[in-house]
Amino acid sequence: MPDERVTDGAVRRYLLDPGELTPQTLEQTLAHAWSRACDYADVYLQHSQHESLTIENGVVKDAAFTLEQGAGVRAALGEKTGFAYSEELSPDQLLEAARAARSIAHGDRQARLPQSSSTPPPAVCAYDNPLQDLGMEQKIALLREVDETARGLAPEVKKVTATLASAYEVILIASTEGVYQTDIRPLVRLSVSVIAERDGRREIGGHGGGGRYGYSRLLETGAPARFAQEAVRVALLNLESQEAPAGTMTVVLGHGWPGVLLHEAIGHGLEGDAIRKGTSAFTHLMGQRVASPEVTVVDNGTLPDRRGSLCMDDEGTPTQNTVLIEDGIIRGFLYDRLNARLCKTKSTGNGRRESYAHQPMPRMTNTYMQAGAHSPEEILASVDHGLYAVGFNGGQVDITSGKFVFSASEAYLIKNGKIAHPVKGATLVGDGPSVLRRVSMVGDDLELDDGIGTCGKDGQQVPVGVGQPTLRVDELTVGGTQMHDG
Amino acid sequence: MTAESASAQDLRTCVQQALDQARQQGATAAAVSLERGEGLTVSVRLGELETIEREQDQGLSITAYFGQRRGRASSTDLREDSIERTVEAACQIARSTEEDPCHGLPDEDRLAFEYPELDLHHPWDLDSDEAVRLALECEDAARADARIANSEGAEVRRYDGIRVLGNSLGFMGAYRRSSHDLSCCVVAADEAGAQERDYWHSTHCDWRKMQDPGTVGRIAAERTVRRLGAQPLASCVAPVLFEAPVARSLLGHFVGAASGQALYHEASFLLGRKDEQVWAEEITLTEHPHEAGGAASAPFDAEGVATQERTVVDNGILRGWFLSSYSARRLGLASTGNAGGIRNLVLESREPALSWDELLQRLGRGLVVTELMGQGVNQVTGDYSRGAAGFWVENGAVAHPVHEITIAGSLPDMYRGIVAVGAEQDRRGSLQTGALLVDRMQIAGV
Repeated sequence: MPDERVTDGAVRRYLLDPGELTPQTLEQTLAHAWSRACDYADVYLQHSQHESLTIENGVVKDAAFTLEQGAGVRAALGEKTGFAYSEELSPDQLLEAARAARSIAHGDRQARLPQSSSTPPPAVCAYDNPLQDLGMEQKIALLREVDETARGLAPEVKKVTATLASAYEVILIASTEGVYQTDIRPLVRLSVSVIAERDGRREIGGHGGGGRYGYSRLLETGAPARFAQEAVRVALLNLESQEAPAGTMTVVLGHGWPGVLLHEAIGHGLEGDAIRKGTSAFTHLMGQRVASPEVTVVDNGTLPDRRGSLCMDDEGTPTQNTVLIEDGIIRGFLYDRLNARLCKTKSTGNGRRESYAHQPMPRMTNTYMQAGAHSPEEILASVDHGLYAVGFNGGQVDITSGKFVFSASEAYLIKNGKIAHPVKGATLVGDGPSVLRRVSMVGDDLELDDGIGTCGKDGQQVPVGVGQPTLRVDELTVGGTQMHDG
Repeated sequence: MTAESASAQDLRTCVQQALDQARQQGATAAAVSLERGEGLTVSVRLGELETIEREQDQGLSITAYFGQRRGRASSTDLREDSIERTVEAACQIARSTEEDPCHGLPDEDRLAFEYPELDLHHPWDLDSDEAVRLALECEDAARADARIANSEGAEVRRYDGIRVLGNSLGFMGAYRRSSHDLSCCVVAADEAGAQERDYWHSTHCDWRKMQDPGTVGRIAAERTVRRLGAQPLASCVAPVLFEAPVARSLLGHFVGAASGQALYHEASFLLGRKDEQVWAEEITLTEHPHEAGGAASAPFDAEGVATQERTVVDNGILRGWFLSSYSARRLGLASTGNAGGIRNLVLESREPALSWDELLQRLGRGLVVTELMGQGVNQVTGDYSRGAAGFWVENGAVAHPVHEITIAGSLPDMYRGIVAVGAEQDRRGSLQTGALLVDRMQIAGV
């Protein structure tokens, strides 16, 4: 059994003591799964508390608290996985889950379990419970500040809605590969949505952010006023927006959140499950050039306090900084343990799961492109006619064909190297394996997003981060509404 | 409480206890819902078992009112002390948030004190061996096509759940619902090495009424293979035919904009459009929550309000919204029984519904959309721009598959611009329609 850790108090209080579980119970659970001839088994205990408060029309009248807890037990043999979960944290339910999970394996085995010997990886955040960071009055005051700031900025602001949400998760992971790890994962988020109206036209603007810390950090960084200003700015801008063009053109992507391009176009195609199965358009591109030498893309779970950061993944593997594309050449894929074992490589610490009720799979953490040499002004000035897209709603990809889309929420037309006027949101569509070849200039202004991203895959949602410097993409299809026959 | 011992009566008792605790803690009113379910999912890939997953879900949610103040809390832990803490959390929130005159339980006369039995419960006695056999049969049928080069696998899922709902007005309702699913996703490759993926699934509360595994596999293969050889398209303005499975998303955007929350947030392009023509005048939308065995049938909504058969769009005219008790009060209207969702919304045309060939003839020269991607729909303005894949049609016949394009327009124009509706309805979800032909959209490509 490992030494005392800072997480131990919370682990005992929330995960072990209520159901009279002990580290020995977990070992018995694993031994039960392991007694059939499987390659691997793990048990995952989770307790999570969520809260959300919403202000609407200046009044905080809706709030909710959610408590979720349970245990998932998994056994793997080759490509086969048995998985069972229960909301009940008790020795009986764990054994029952282990019995169901091991049903994929048959032969009996006498061998003892490997001894667990895990040391905890370095923390990526503090372990305080964000729900308890501020009192209810202070949380309400924070939301009031958002509301009043937004309303005070412009008479066109008609509606302001803001939501403050936080989560406190305590987890324990034990596996037949000697893992016995515990972790605490705080997460907060503030999001603001504004509707502005002028001359009968209504438009929406929004902004949000957060990370793995308490609410007080949002206050320290001035987030309430800043996010309100940003949401109002976008809504007012959209009141002026004209129809976007349709067709293929040069697109300049702003820094920060537009990095969702990398997440969709590149990241998902480099996840180890799709690589192993050969269903990714990137399957055979390891070591191949897919971009100019100016392009380097990483997935880094170790950044302090980031929304997408974790000190360890949900299989107890420490996260790391994985180089996906180095100087334009594909250098790495993202692995969990199952896919790493089948591909005869090591997990990169990307085995993540939404909760105990879901199976881990390779997922991104914080995915971003490193800075290049060009100033953003220089990049804009280089474009005769094109689109400058700085805000996005999100994106989607078909990893097999490689086709991806992402939807702009703030964009401008570029004429003769200058920003001409704002245009309505439009969907951008492209091909993952080839889009980076068309990146002809990389900015020197790398920025990570404010902490708002949630990635969905096979029905599982996990928090992620993205980032990039300003980029010039020579040809991208823009789905504007400006009607013209080609 | 353990899964085996939980009878419907136990669950009712549990709900009643939470209601009693809320009253003891000072709540003036409360509502409690409890859901439990049990399921088995088996997937196979390339002819081998891939996963066996046993699901066991439970959750209790409580809404507590202190006069006009409200607090909500939920928990997956149903031990007695944990339920008590959840009730406490809801009461604590209700005591510390602000008043809203619209908060409160549904009006008593709207509650479904009596409700119909809707034939939604058909447990499937399916063990994992039999599930593996069915999944293999499904995937084998897809892989029988030589152009299917790879597979994401086939999956069989059975699920059996119960929902109990009670409130302090004396309402206590419960119903069981099963949900079974069979799906297959495969990959086709051409000589040039290009890969395409597509899938098909069948779902029903009665497992005897699902498509058989072979059919699901064959459709998955057909849908995948027909995408091979896709090309980009030159930008143009053209009519667009949405296949039934993707046409459902157009109903989804309508429901989003016609929902109470969008209306009271004034975040809807349908604001103020009641009794105006919003859809083409041939189009009628009706909701059928009491359809026996229906995909989204329910005897009462998430608040216990009786669900009702009703017309939402009548010959193109917008006649109703989708409201909960809260959103109804915000708008000065009555609940439509839509707390928690839409219950079998069906689109029909008074013009004769067309077969697929007739639809292609009617399309003439234009785009068939079989897949939509991305989030480019603005509910406030109705602006629409999404990634798409499908087929280019010339002279009423498919010319070639297309990909890497977008289609754009505005939802109000698209709804009014529907010129034909397909006869074959997709009835697998809460939104049900045939294919929809829209007269004119901007297509962006190379």
